[in-house]
Amino acid sequence: MHTPQEAGGHGAGHDAHHHGVVVPAPPGFVPHVVAHHFDTAEAEFSADKLAMWLFLATEVLLFGGLFAAYFYYHGVYPETFKVGGHQLNWRLGALNTLILLFSSYTMAMGVRAAQLSQKALMQKMLGITVLCGLGFLVVKYFEYAAKVSHGLVPARWFSDHDHVMAGVENGHLFFNFYWTMTAIHGLHVLIGMLLILWVMKGGAKGRFYGGYYLPVDLVGLYWHLVDLIWIFLFPLLYLVP
Amino acid sequence: MTTYVPVAETEARQEPGAPHYLNVTHGFRSWALTLDHKRIGLMYLIGTVASFLIGGLLALLIRVHLWKPEGAIFDPELYNQVFTLHGVFMVFFFIIPAIPAALGNFVLPMMLGAKDVALPRLNLASFYLWLCGLVLATIAIIFGGVDTGWTFYTPYSIQTPTAVIWMGLGIFMVGFSSIFTGLNFVVTTHKLRAPGLTWFRMPLFIWAVYSTSLLQILATPVLGITLLLLVFERVYGIGIFDPKMGGDPVLFQHFFWFYSHPAVYIMILPAMGVISEVISVHCRKPVFGYRMVAFSSLAIAVISFLVWGHHMFTSGQSEWAMMAFSFLTFFVGIPSAIKEFNWVATVWQGSVALTTPMLYALVFLIIFAIGGLTGIFLATLSVNIHLHMTYYVVAHFHYVMMGSTAIAFFAGVHHWWPKMFGVMYSEAWAKLSCLLIFVGFNLTFLPQFIMGSQGQIRRYATYLERWTPYHQASTVGAVILGVGFAIMVAYLLHSLLGVRKARRNEWGGVTLEWDSPSPPPLENFERPPVVTREVYDYSVLNPKS
Ligand SMILES: [Cu+2]
Repeated sequence: MHTPQEAGGHGAGHDAHHHGVVVPAPPGFVPHVVAHHFDTAEAEFSADKLAMWLFLATEVLLFGGLFAAYFYYHGVYPETFKVGGHQLNWRLGALNTLILLFSSYTMAMGVRAAQLSQKALMQKMLGITVLCGLGFLVVKYFEYAAKVSHGLVPARWFSDHDHVMAGVENGHLFFNFYWTMTAIHGLHVLIGMLLILWVMKGGAKGRFYGGYYLPVDLVGLYWHLVDLIWIFLFPLLYLVP
Repeated sequence: MTTYVPVAETEARQEPGAPHYLNVTHGFRSWALTLDHKRIGLMYLIGTVASFLIGGLLALLIRVHLWKPEGAIFDPELYNQVFTLHGVFMVFFFIIPAIPAALGNFVLPMMLGAKDVALPRLNLASFYLWLCGLVLATIAIIFGGVDTGWTFYTPYSIQTPTAVIWMGLGIFMVGFSSIFTGLNFVVTTHKLRAPGLTWFRMPLFIWAVYSTSLLQILATPVLGITLLLLVFERVYGIGIFDPKMGGDPVLFQHFFWFYSHPAVYIMILPAMGVISEVISVHCRKPVFGYRMVAFSSLAIAVISFLVWGHHMFTSGQSEWAMMAFSFLTFFVGIPSAIKEFNWVATVWQGSVALTTPMLYALVFLIIFAIGGLTGIFLATLSVNIHLHMTYYVVAHFHYVMMGSTAIAFFAGVHHWWPKMFGVMYSEAWAKLSCLLIFVGFNLTFLPQFIMGSQGQIRRYATYLERWTPYHQASTVGAVILGVGFAIMVAYLLHSLLGVRKARRNEWGGVTLEWDSPSPPPLENFERPPVVTREVYDYSVLNPKS
């Protein structure tokens, strides 16, 4: 047990006092110092992990609002959503689903490597995960470009000059959902990639090892959620019943 | 580690001149980049009180304007903006963050016996998100204001030329600030309780803030996506809420109230927590029915998710839905009533010290009873149809939000002021100000109940001749209220000069924060506290000799 901090004599920033517990690291790694207000590394780990789960709950609820609106309008305009769904390229959607599923696997392998203090393997797995994210966005770009060329763009600019949605009511609504939901999801993919790159930067410095791999774990959880949301988006948008 | 023994009067363990969180470091950066929950709480306190003063000033302007039936100051367009800004500032920038983020940040980790919240960096980030939201709201005011009311109902909020986008994004940010604060408190409560501090030894303030935090986490994201969709509606016409595009404006109301009904409990639950603490300490008694009060907080949090439709009894819902919402709204009155009765039972035969915090708590008990009961009337379907959109709703809302939450906030500010700053304010001036606020508040809003029940519609810049006496009484009340608050600001600022130093345990409380010097040192306690007693066990206090 460490002794309580003597008041005074240090800066206000928490970084200024180094009296936290040090987690021993294998050679070649930088030992982690537990934040000063936690007594043990386990306490810190479980607190941060709980925080991440709660944050993921807020993400689910945020998308939940979108999904609720989607289901409501799917009920009001079933034909619109059916015809709209047929305009999307389900093969590209399926390809992206596979890419993300694979990336979830590599992410999990990356976390595993961090737990085993296998630095090179971790960096490799995280790198593949980022590339998968990039691949997903590239495919998305081609899909978007195809929609733009048909004038199937968000409402204000919706022209549908090939009249693919001419037979149904409020054809723009389906594409508003498509663009809004996939764009918000795409933004999450991008944020996830940046987070993984940030973790890789720390990984290169040897910050993550068996005794401390919290950031890898947390970013991994985030990445799995981003995948999971796509698993719901894909059938709802591309395979509308 | 030592066993925690609260000290009633003595300053023996407090070395004079030992550095505390206020003077341990100096300079702008030491505050702007601080990770100390107490400093962050203090910055929130300044920010929320400033928002309250802005919102209050706008309220005064509204009341002065309504002195005359034809309106004394504004043209109707400007009037719409003024009451919208009043609502937005009070709801999103004052009431929602005031108790959790300002008082909670300061008190919660100390009550738990922790050195800080679980995620100090996130805590600071929440504050800056709140500040960014405020900046965006200010930009919105500069670029034409907002005139939709604080509820942003579509389709008007899609059509109005005012700066809805900026304001929407501002509130989106404030919402995430609120989410992160809640998240932080839940994790802190789970993971950083002192040894021996079991769930049923936690002070009721923690229970209340914990329940609030759950609401913040689970409800606010829906507000976030709703406002985002409203922004999209204005930027590119997403059409979801726009009937011209095949959308449904009532869906917006569902989304909005799915957040905003729980949000009124985000506002009132922590206030109830403050009242539990204040009444217990100043009556020197454990809170009557501790477990019931604790569980009623959770019950309120759960039920409040199921009642949002009671805001939409005239918006077009099915009759069955309306009956369900009406019933569930009655139902949520039960846990609130449990609290009210238990507080009264706590005061009963307590050794009541009529200090300023206690006076505010008593004011709360009276006003919350009125505010709560009038809510039951509004939950009744047939009565609601008559009272919808009248001043009755305005009065009910202000009895609960201003008269209860804001009053509880000030009870808390007065209760923990000696702990926060190590100084005491003038009790004489404080009691005068409390009296003025009590009188002014009731004079402002009682007439609104009456004219509302007689059909005076809210949110109009002008009114019929026959309502003049009610409106003028209300305006006089608002001025008295304003004077009360001006006095409060004056004596609180004056107290900071340090004429009267506060004691370590100014009121004789037994929760952990009173086992720390006033003001507390950087990491809160001289030694890590261990809890060995039940909560609110006043038997350990040395009686005043
Ligand atoms: Cu409500």
